[in-house]
Amino acid sequence: MKIDRRDFVKRTGTYLVLTSAAAAAWDHVVAGTPETAPNYRVTDHWWGMAIDIDRCIGCGNCVRACKVENDVPHEPYYFRTWVERYHVPGGDIEHPVVDSPNGGHDGFPERYGAVDGAKNFFVPKLCNHCAHSPCTQVCPVGATFDGPDGVVLVDTSYCLGCRYCVQACPYGCRYIDPRTNTVDKCSLCYHRITRGLTTACCETCPTGARRLGDLKDPNDPIHEFLRTHKVQVLKPQMATGSKMYYSGLDGSVR
Amino acid sequence: MDATLPHVLGFMYPNEVELQWSILIVLYPFITGLVAGAFILASLEKVFNVEAVRPTYRLALLTALAFLLVAPLPLQLHLGHPERSFAMYLTPHLDSAMAMFGFVYLWYLMAVLILEIWLDYRRDIVLLARSSSGWLRVIYRVMSLGIDNISPRSLEIDERVARFLTVIGIPSAFLLHGYVGFIFGSVKANPWWSTPLMPIVFLFSAIVSGIALVMLLYMLFSRMRRVAIDMRCLDTIGRYLLYAFIIDFALESLDLIHRMYEADESFKSLDFMVRTKLFTSQIVLQIILGTLVPIALLALVQLVRLGERARQRLYATAGVLTLIGIFAMRWNVVIGGQLFSKSFLGYTTYKLAFVHREGLLPAILLMLLPFAILWVLVRLLPPWGGGHAPEGPATPLQAEGGAAGPAQA
Repeated sequence: MKIDRRDFVKRTGTYLVLTSAAAAAWDHVVAGTPETAPNYRVTDHWWGMAIDIDRCIGCGNCVRACKVENDVPHEPYYFRTWVERYHVPGGDIEHPVVDSPNGGHDGFPERYGAVDGAKNFFVPKLCNHCAHSPCTQVCPVGATFDGPDGVVLVDTSYCLGCRYCVQACPYGCRYIDPRTNTVDKCSLCYHRITRGLTTACCETCPTGARRLGDLKDPNDPIHEFLRTHKVQVLKPQMATGSKMYYSGLDGSVR
Repeated sequence: MDATLPHVLGFMYPNEVELQWSILIVLYPFITGLVAGAFILASLEKVFNVEAVRPTYRLALLTALAFLLVAPLPLQLHLGHPERSFAMYLTPHLDSAMAMFGFVYLWYLMAVLILEIWLDYRRDIVLLARSSSGWLRVIYRVMSLGIDNISPRSLEIDERVARFLTVIGIPSAFLLHGYVGFIFGSVKANPWWSTPLMPIVFLFSAIVSGIALVMLLYMLFSRMRRVAIDMRCLDTIGRYLLYAFIIDFALESLDLIHRMYEADESFKSLDFMVRTKLFTSQIVLQIILGTLVPIALLALVQLVRLGERARQRLYATAGVLTLIGIFAMRWNVVIGGQLFSKSFLGYTTYKLAFVHREGLLPAILLMLLPFAILWVLVRLLPPWGGGHAPEGPATPLQAEGGAAGPAQA
């Protein structure tokens, strides 16, 4: 049998098309249906958080609660939320001294005196659930995505573990879970908020320094907070559309 | 952080302490760069009719193929779930720069490189299939895809298609490596990476490294085959290497000067990093030994009249230093971009393990693998014929020995 190039191209082309169609169909079959929460409509919500720096006492409740609630590994390099301590001597906001021993998990050992002429405060950090997330933009397979309710989530059954999203997050909010080799980050306690509860960190905060808010709910107190406080987001120059609104955010915080 | 993390200097966001991209991700742009560069050298002959580099045409194509086959391996080895990587083809996220890798790669591998090599070698493959026996014959038959029409008319079509392919191939090679640069250059969170110059710097450093590699391989193979090096060819390659290097260095200097002059919020932090943690790999290896010295050596050949042996030695030294320098450049981009905190308040350390999935040993093996593949390819498809000989089976032809003209001086 003599095959010329035309036949060869035709035949190979057919095989290629058929194989990829079958593969795509199979992928669709194994993907299954996503988990749903009853009475929760994603389009009815737009989640954000109000964080009042002046109220944070650095107790670490939020960090501990988060680690337990979300089964975050206990090593000191894996956090969905953490707390930073800022020490700004002489009001020099260019050169703050920052620490976050074990992410604030165990509280903060006494380090700075009460009257040393410096500004001291705590800054709780977590995923900013950006409206224009640089992390979801770069995911090669869409395993991390922006939900219609403004929550940035990860489908760990689809994540390749390429770590591009970790690089793309300007805030350092993502880590690779060493047990699953997939990326993990704050989900805003999605399993809780879709059932009408607040997040573990907000639940356990003794001073109300962090409060979850639904920006689509006109009766949510977050609107009052945003009206009455001068707020700022972290790294506004990154234009990520962060929805973590900090009140009392000092210029030294980055 | 505190004393619990001794390899951290200053403050890092807790999740930043561990590096995400290892030495394997350093290999990825290094290897794809060699591919793109080798291909550009091959196109010099085909598209721009630089006749002098003909002895390296086929060698450059085979080198590009050998390295391209290895290019995705470090990525696969690095992935947390390599078994899922095929999802990038089935359900690519079109906003992602990385999602396009598979397509750019396949396009370049299948539509450009393999097709071009196949067209160029088709006559040889058919003739080799006829003249060989046993399993070798089967291999050649498979490689010919069952097509054994080598009439002059058919070969003429091959030649025309191959030329067209090379013309598509140049933008494709640019795309392949410019794209790799874009993967880094488009990360706005990272000021060390985020610059529109990144793709073009990557591209020119790729051309530099690919030319240097083929030049070294040509000298090496000539020595192994005990044939004289075509000095006209070598001098021409050396000249193009110098030109590409000057452009590359100018672009990198532009990036550096721009950073220093603008001195944005990240500058102090990055400047400190370059002076400390990256001093050896950036200042010493990349800039001085890997760029300034080879440029000086290559320029010396242009300026001073030297004998053949001396020129060969200079080219060999410059080539090796070039490869070291470009590897250091990839290292400084990939690893350097992760040593500083995005808070600009601290630095971490990269700990390179040896026997580890992402350690030094797999990196060394992955760097040796393309040479093994190339060795097999050269045995199967001897590149010494030049591909343009009018008659006869693919035996080593006169191309390399005969044209030893005087130097361009």
